[in-house]
Amino acid sequence: MNKRIITLLIIMLTFTLTSEAQKTSKTSKVTFEVDGVCVMCKERIEKAAVLTKGVKFATWNIDTNELYCIYNNKKTSLNKIKQAIANAGHDTKEIKASDKAYNSIADCCKYRTLEKH
Amino acid sequence: MKIILKIIFIFIPLIIQSQTTIKGMAMIKNSDGKTKGLPGATIYWLDTEVGTTTNDQGWFTISYKPEYKKLIFSYVGYRTDTVIVNEPREVHHFMQEEGKLEEVLVKSKKQKTAVSYLQSANIININEGELLKAACCNLSESFETNPSIDVNFSDALTGTKQIKLLGLTSPYILIAQENIPSVRGASQAYGLTFTPGTWIESIQITKGSGSVVNGYESIAGQINTELKKPLNDDKFFLNAYGSLNGRLELNTHYSQKVSKKWNTSLFVHGNLRDAEIDKNDDNFLDIPLAKQINIMNRWQYTDTKNGFVSFINFRYLKDDKQTGEVDFDPNTHRLTTLKYGSEINTERFDVSTKFGYVFPETPYQSVGFQIAYSRHDQDSYFGLNQYNINHKSLYSNAIFNSILGSTLHKYKTGLSFTHDGYDEFVNTANFGRTENSVGGFFEYSYDNLENFSLIAGLRLDFHNLLGTFLTPRLHIRYVPWEKGVLRASIGRGKRSANIFAENQQLFGSSRVMSILNTNGKVYGLQPEIAWNYGFSFLQGFNLFDKKADFTIDFYSTLFQDQVVVDVDESPQQVLFYNLEGNSHANNLQIQLNYELFKNLDLRLAYKYYDVKTDYKKGTLRKPLQSKHRFFANIGYETTPNFKGGHWRFDYTFNWLGEQRLPFTGTNPTQYQLADYVSSYSLMNAQIAKVFSKNFEIYVGGENFTNFKQENPILSSEDPFGANFDSTIVYAPILGSMYYAGLRFTIN
Repeated sequence: MNKRIITLLIIMLTFTLTSEAQKTSKTSKVTFEVDGVCVMCKERIEKAAVLTKGVKFATWNIDTNELYCIYNNKKTSLNKIKQAIANAGHDTKEIKASDKAYNSIADCCKYRTLEKH
Repeated sequence: MKIILKIIFIFIPLIIQSQTTIKGMAMIKNSDGKTKGLPGATIYWLDTEVGTTTNDQGWFTISYKPEYKKLIFSYVGYRTDTVIVNEPREVHHFMQEEGKLEEVLVKSKKQKTAVSYLQSANIININEGELLKAACCNLSESFETNPSIDVNFSDALTGTKQIKLLGLTSPYILIAQENIPSVRGASQAYGLTFTPGTWIESIQITKGSGSVVNGYESIAGQINTELKKPLNDDKFFLNAYGSLNGRLELNTHYSQKVSKKWNTSLFVHGNLRDAEIDKNDDNFLDIPLAKQINIMNRWQYTDTKNGFVSFINFRYLKDDKQTGEVDFDPNTHRLTTLKYGSEINTERFDVSTKFGYVFPETPYQSVGFQIAYSRHDQDSYFGLNQYNINHKSLYSNAIFNSILGSTLHKYKTGLSFTHDGYDEFVNTANFGRTENSVGGFFEYSYDNLENFSLIAGLRLDFHNLLGTFLTPRLHIRYVPWEKGVLRASIGRGKRSANIFAENQQLFGSSRVMSILNTNGKVYGLQPEIAWNYGFSFLQGFNLFDKKADFTIDFYSTLFQDQVVVDVDESPQQVLFYNLEGNSHANNLQIQLNYELFKNLDLRLAYKYYDVKTDYKKGTLRKPLQSKHRFFANIGYETTPNFKGGHWRFDYTFNWLGEQRLPFTGTNPTQYQLADYVSSYSLMNAQIAKVFSKNFEIYVGGENFTNFKQENPILSSEDPFGANFDSTIVYAPILGSMYYAGLRFTIN
């Protein structure tokens, strides 16, 4: 019984380690600013980012307005992610949201006029 | 002059009109349930540029016009809420904290009991506010205001309360403390009474098979208890409780910051009941004499910057009960036929540790490790029946969390090892055994962040007595339209039945116990295997501008193998044997939660149970289980003043339909019972006066209509005769019970 368990363990470990090693080369970790004011913005920004193909992880900090994003640089680019965020209604330094996209976000999220709350 | 006056009179109302403001307060509830104002929150009218912020006490004033209807409350870390304001009035509003860690609650008013709209599994979260409604005092009594869990009475000797989920008793529920299985093995009968209510931060009830991460044993569902965390707990807490039936309880908590990263808490619990009560004059105590001392010391290490968190817990418990005839004296009557009596003495020691690490660069990856050891010693006798059990248990589980491609696809994988060593003596027969198991699990979860999520888990276990087996489980959630959630689940569970520990109330009778099978590995019996599947639909809606939600749950448990406990073959016997034929438990629950008026919450539930087993005699409804149950709870809280002072009122109504009684037809006529016992209802109520966030008192009554079972013990005048039976209990033994208590906190 013990042999089987040890084999299982080794298989699992090698699987995890090799896949981790492959990942790091094509994985980019970036932090950039996204405009937003509230918790609803946070949900929208993170969702827009993570639903972009190739994005692994995204978390937006309401106090610093910084989005920390981990993505596969073979599958997507920083511009694509920023465009997806702009399409959801949020500005970055490089890509601004269209009026239509901006108007579609909730009233409590109108970051161009509202204070952080 | 007149003209000027006229003008003034015409204009004053206009000026007043244009300057109308309304006042209000943004409030939050602390972790201890106390209310306080929330300074700095943003308050504004929807679709306007009219806004303000709350002052130091959480108060605000904002100008009002009839066309303004929707007032928005917003604050970082709290959920943004809309409050409908149809007329100028004072607006007090509770802000709901954003979900902590994985727990997500989507309610503007902090709901005390909530089914999440977002989780794949059907999980009911009970927070401390709900626990305050319970009369007293430990985990077994914490479910009385929750319709999903039924609280029953196990027997007329020990007065123990037994819980049921989906019509199945607690052995079929995985009961865990901070995700470490806790009420199992030797502690099955009384384990729920070993966690004082004040230690509990929240309870999560999962209906259906639940996650594979914590093991393969759960069949009807899982109950997890989160205890108060040293980091967030109040510096000092005191709770004293006294009831008119002579029960005294005292709880004290101390918490202290030891260093920047270490916090510690010490929980001390003691309870005592030394009043001899025999209200029904059957010469037996209605409720046992009891004393318990229960001490826990917790250590929490938190290093958020580097992603480390760890808990270490030590717990010691000593619980002594004495019951039986009123003038039973253990020193002279113990194990003789002079007087019937029983003593149940338990000593337990627990140590557990949890360790978690989140990779700072890749926060979607984390590792967790849990290890727990417990030693449980119970020495007991019931009349001439002796029952001693010593259970040493080791539980360990290592979990790795990560993602597949993106955070839409997550997984948990890991290994667990458990060891259970039992020394068990029933009179002179030794049933000692050792159970070891090693298992690996993989649980995949998917969430499209819109309307669909699922959790699919599989585990493989190698067990020295249960063999090698797979445990698959699946939970699906789909949102067809706004505020509507459809859930489905299916899963398998397997366990070895601890027939004596789980059914030890049967020692309190003249029944002879027999095990009919010999080929199995645990007591000669095969392990229990069951499939559970279920559907649930939740719809939230607004009725007259007040929030409401409606739930329909249907769950079915089908036993493939079961250890049947048969008390129907003969009133002088109890038989344990492997199921031959069918056994199922079907449960339908319809529930409505509605905020009837401001601060007045109503909860109504109807429950249908179809629990049937093929016994030797044929297919029978499970004894002592109602087919229909009805539940109602009304809670009212006055609006807190600036100190957080308010009143709390709570009323619970339970109606239990007719129950089938075990067969007594071959007894002499005076010891025969009806086949069925008719329906009855019970009522509980509680009033609490909260003076401030530091001090509150409460009074209450349980079963205040004084409903009780007249003769709970068969043949109580001849306890060593052939017809003695204290296990046929279908209603409270003790009538109405009144109590009072206080809670004092230093933050």
